[in-house]
Amino acid sequence: MLRRASGQHQKKSFFVNENSNIESIVIRLAGDSGDGIQLMGSQFAVSTALAGADFATFPDYPAEIRAPVGTTFGVSAYQINLGGGPITTAGDAPEVLVAFNPAALKVSLPLLDKGALVIVNNDTFTARNLTKAGYDSDPREDGTLNDYQFVAADISHLNLEAVKEFGLSKSEGGRCKNFYALGMLLWMFDRELPPVEEWIKRRLASNPTMRDANVKALHAGHAFAETAELSANLSQIKLPAAEMEPGDYRSITGAEALALGLAAAGELADRQLLFCSYPITPASPLLHRLTHLAELGIGTFQAEDEIAAICAAMGASYGGMIGVTSSSGPGIALKTEAMGLAISAELPLVIVNWQRGGPSTGLPTKTEQSDLYQAVYGRNGDTPIPVLSASTSGECFDMAIEATRIALRHMTPVILLADGYLSNAAEPWKIPDLSAIDPITTNPVPDSDDSPQRRAFTRDATSLGRAWITPGMPDLMHRIGGLEKDIESGHISYDPANHQRMTDLRTAKVDAVCEYMEDQAMEYGSDSGDLVVVGWGSTYGPIYQAVRKTGVSFIHLRHLNPLPGNLGDLLSRFDKVLVPEMNNGQLTALLRAHLCVEPVPFNKVTGQPFLIRELVEKIEAVRGEAS
Amino acid sequence: MSDKLTAKDFATSQEVRWCPGCGDYAILKAVQKALADAGADPSNTAFVSGIGCAARFPYYVNTYGFHTIHGRAPAIATGLKLSNPELDVWVVTGDGDSLSIGGNHLMHALRRNVGLKILLFNNEIYGLTKGQYSPTSRIGTTSPSSPKGSVDTPISPGQVAMGCGAHFFARGIDTDKVGMSDVLHQAHAFVGTSFVEIFQNCIVYNEDVFSSFTERKTAANTQLHLKHGEPMLFGEDNDKGIRFNQDTWSLEVVDAIASPDDVLVHDEGNAIIARMLIDLHLPVALGVIYRQPAVSFEHAFYAHHPSRMKRTKSIRDFIKGPSSWTVK
Repeated sequence: MLRRASGQHQKKSFFVNENSNIESIVIRLAGDSGDGIQLMGSQFAVSTALAGADFATFPDYPAEIRAPVGTTFGVSAYQINLGGGPITTAGDAPEVLVAFNPAALKVSLPLLDKGALVIVNNDTFTARNLTKAGYDSDPREDGTLNDYQFVAADISHLNLEAVKEFGLSKSEGGRCKNFYALGMLLWMFDRELPPVEEWIKRRLASNPTMRDANVKALHAGHAFAETAELSANLSQIKLPAAEMEPGDYRSITGAEALALGLAAAGELADRQLLFCSYPITPASPLLHRLTHLAELGIGTFQAEDEIAAICAAMGASYGGMIGVTSSSGPGIALKTEAMGLAISAELPLVIVNWQRGGPSTGLPTKTEQSDLYQAVYGRNGDTPIPVLSASTSGECFDMAIEATRIALRHMTPVILLADGYLSNAAEPWKIPDLSAIDPITTNPVPDSDDSPQRRAFTRDATSLGRAWITPGMPDLMHRIGGLEKDIESGHISYDPANHQRMTDLRTAKVDAVCEYMEDQAMEYGSDSGDLVVVGWGSTYGPIYQAVRKTGVSFIHLRHLNPLPGNLGDLLSRFDKVLVPEMNNGQLTALLRAHLCVEPVPFNKVTGQPFLIRELVEKIEAVRGEAS
Repeated sequence: MSDKLTAKDFATSQEVRWCPGCGDYAILKAVQKALADAGADPSNTAFVSGIGCAARFPYYVNTYGFHTIHGRAPAIATGLKLSNPELDVWVVTGDGDSLSIGGNHLMHALRRNVGLKILLFNNEIYGLTKGQYSPTSRIGTTSPSSPKGSVDTPISPGQVAMGCGAHFFARGIDTDKVGMSDVLHQAHAFVGTSFVEIFQNCIVYNEDVFSSFTERKTAANTQLHLKHGEPMLFGEDNDKGIRFNQDTWSLEVVDAIASPDDVLVHDEGNAIIARMLIDLHLPVALGVIYRQPAVSFEHAFYAHHPSRMKRTKSIRDFIKGPSSWTVK
């Protein structure tokens, strides 16, 4: 039933009984997209969090909902890096792989270093499945796994035995196997069962049989790992708790954090919020999360298309609610005309882009940062827009508040860039002290005898934002629209000099965001030297680890338009600027255009996040050239 | 404000910029009068429009107004109505704006029954872009983009509405003060989407395209003014009527004096007859063709919302999530 191959290159020996003294570990769970891998992974993350470990996760799943069973393109994976901190990425190379079928093994094995522990579900290694995965011979027998520690467990069979008493069909019973395997993992990492058990009970409350069967499978897997042969081959791995700042923590994904951030922004501004969107991968989790926050004065409207979504959000903003829309690149492309209208009409709007691989439909479930040009430049006319980006899942909370604050202060649409990785990736998050966050204010209605039309377009001297006068307010009737208007009276104007002034005003308004921004700080390292790495968005995690390993300086941008006022000065203190991006060099071009620097680009567009070691190698190469 | 507002109170200081003689002038006056007659509060009224000649409308009405982008007015108006269901929201659109580029938004506003009054100025032509054929242009329409005549089959606004599950469809003629007054009054009073097709004469690019039934001299014999519960009569002395031919399953004109019992009585709630009335030609059916009250979208949205869109809890109640832990 169980076998262990004796690895020839066991550079990691912590899986054997003698040694369990390690700092962190990377685990990858992989199986068919119908195997419940994502569920298993997220529950493991939660139990890890409750045990006090730092962690980062990377759900990596196919675009197909239920791809043909057993195929390599249907493999769904969940990677988690856990242990003592700081952990900021899901890890380069998995040290433990749980492969639910041959295809999952085939796809995942190249990611592993020699000596890693490979656990497979023995029952799925049939001739048919091996062929589907593209194996000519059985990798369990042909030496493929010689360099790894290898454990084969009859997970399907053992699970079905465990849940036999519930009289389930084979397929129903089979669906419990992810919890059987999770039970095994929870034993291996010495995690508590009750939190997962409680989650199952809540989730399956309406189906008592499946509820009890899953709980049974969880316990059976745990008991199997502890008492059966598994414990003879493997020891429990005790990971240290992370050293974290004191405070209350929770596990959070980017979608969860962004939803809470928008809700907090609504509360800070004392406004209701209408979220209007059209389903698209990987943006939909935000829509789903917000439906659970209704009692915070949040409404969700599923529009007929992307254009209607931004237009309805703009309509809500016109009516005095905070209008928010969200999509991914292709959907954002459809919204661009409406963004121009919001700029012209000077209405607040928050637009979230969960970037994915492009162009066109591209790689819907894979991550990329290739919509930066689109965000900064992608509209007709001179239509500047503030652009922000979130670096981590937890930071989506802060940036949602910042985006709303800018939108309401300057009366402008704001684009917040996140990405597919952040949407689903979970990390521990220190729950912020809400009382420390400033309220969000709007510009007062000018107290004057001017006509309502003129008062509607009287602007604050610093922010250049106008008052948010909304239909229903007594005796302030006025007209807004997409035609050019007189800078003072607010009436339609085709006057050439006025159009120049209005174009200048729109530019100045976005530049004015700088007035309220803190200076760009160093993320890591000294503020001058031979090399600085400049990043933005979700590459924060791997860059952070790479600069810690190499000791070079690091600047991470949250404001991409306008760029922080001191950034040019900061960059000028370094001999070289390295810009790693998951695109073909968009921030590089932006920095070149705006700050006259000549960065060294480092571009990766594989749909996968940067590995730490790729960055370390690049940093060392560039540093070598510099010296 | 004790004095009742008049149509003039709904006019703005802006110079109206439609072509002299355009049907839009008459519609503007009719709407301003209808607002005054209905006792509408300008502060609580908003006009939203897309792009096209008709879309200039909001600049000329002294209420809140939003001149938006091509075809999207129903979507923007839907968001506005959700943000403030108490507002009186009107959408002014044209045949190109609502049936070509914005067809999708019109369709979904209608099927949701959002509380909007949508006025479709149908002139069967693109006016503002200088005269190209539109989705309602008849086959063979010669225009700058179809010099040998258009080949597209025109779309019927009324049939579109019925197909989308609209709950209110009415028709008027730009210069018919009495008919427009009644239709606007009914549209204003309706809860949900009231969709009104207005035959509007574009004197520059499509003059007299509707003259077969809009000429005053012949109107009595070419227009059928519908009233719920009343027989469908027309003609100089109401001597003609409409009956349902059970052999051909169609409507036909009948001698109302000779066969008064054959004449149909208008039932606004009858969707099947409404579809036939929409297709009727000479006479052309005018007035409220179909009305079937239903819950409005905004009402359903708020009723379904757990806290009626109010903030009844704090972010503090949610921020910890399902499980949290403390690091000391």
